[in-house]
Amino acid sequence: MVEHTEPGVHVASVKLLVIVWIALMVGTWLTVSATYVDLGALNIWIGLAIATAKAILVALYYMHLRWDKPFNAFVFLASFLFLAIFVGIAMMDTTHYQDAVIPGFSPGMGS
Amino acid sequence: MTGHAHAQDPNVAHHFENADQQYQSAKLGMWVFLATEILFFGGLFCAYAVYRANHPEIFVFGHHFLDKSLGALNTVILICSSFTIAWAVRAAQLKQIRLLKVLLALTLACAAGFLSVKYVEYSHKWKHGLLWASRYSPEAHHGEQRDHAEETGAESAASGETTESSPEAVQEGLERSKIAPAASGPAGLAVADERPGEEIVAEPKNAQVYFSIYFLLTGLHGIHVLGGMGAMAWLLSLARRGAFDTGHFTKVDMVALYWHLVDLIWIYLFLLLYLID
Repeated sequence: MVEHTEPGVHVASVKLLVIVWIALMVGTWLTVSATYVDLGALNIWIGLAIATAKAILVALYYMHLRWDKPFNAFVFLASFLFLAIFVGIAMMDTTHYQDAVIPGFSPGMGS
Repeated sequence: MTGHAHAQDPNVAHHFENADQQYQSAKLGMWVFLATEILFFGGLFCAYAVYRANHPEIFVFGHHFLDKSLGALNTVILICSSFTIAWAVRAAQLKQIRLLKVLLALTLACAAGFLSVKYVEYSHKWKHGLLWASRYSPEAHHGEQRDHAEETGAESAASGETTESSPEAVQEGLERSKIAPAASGPAGLAVADERPGEEIVAEPKNAQVYFSIYFLLTGLHGIHVLGGMGAMAWLLSLARRGAFDTGHFTKVDMVALYWHLVDLIWIYLFLLLYLID
């Protein structure tokens, strides 16, 4: 089978697609089974780490970023950078004044 | 005019130097679109993060109404559809038109399966009044709790207790739910239930916010799934008319990129909405 039809075009092998599919399935199983282990506040970060590993697999191989021009990956990563700025800055102080805004309504804050 | 030297290729628009430049431009445009999609969902993810940080008890309460196994099933369905459409891109690149049609149809079937599962989940919440903001009125759910109260009443009658028929006991049953106490959640906010063997806690204030966030995130995602199905049906009709016989696979590749993003977003939604524990 011809692997390169045109310059700048990468054809992924079926074997690679299947391997990534298996990895994604294992990742899903890991994410679900990790919720049955209580690690307190660490749970959400473990879940996010596994989800991000799955997202990286999809982006690199299914979305061809590994063989693409690096600028496409840069555009994609830039969106996550701006998402991190957006959510990060929103999260910086939000828990510090909620109990003052609505007295006694945010038991998590301890007023 | 050298610009018209390649005018024979009907697949290359006249403002592109060659097929490769056209393909790379389409791809870059698609990635910019995907970046805007991430920021589009980002607003809702931000609302989620802010609300969960401030009111974790509502998320611990709300996620008990979501079926983890249905969510996992949908995750598996979407991963399979990502696999089939990634293979469809390969088939289009290699001009395997029959295989391309089969894989596109399989991807379409996966998308329909995803929405069917979502329909089962949504209709269940609709029936129990577990809806967004002002539509949140879990009366039907209280009916369920009444059944539960009767059940426990019958149990205590069997064990010889006599308080089961008192109005207070029934009233207490009405206000309690089968939800695990928030004390056992990450926040540890509620006082642990005294009754042994029963994990019951009252509904937290503003529980409807969880369902507002749930319906906005999954609803926006569901609309994207519908859009993806439309795009795949379009590809199928193009394939039937022989549009990919020349190996011009750009359209398949672009729809696949979009579909992978829909899958990526669901990976996070599944984790953040269903797997709170």
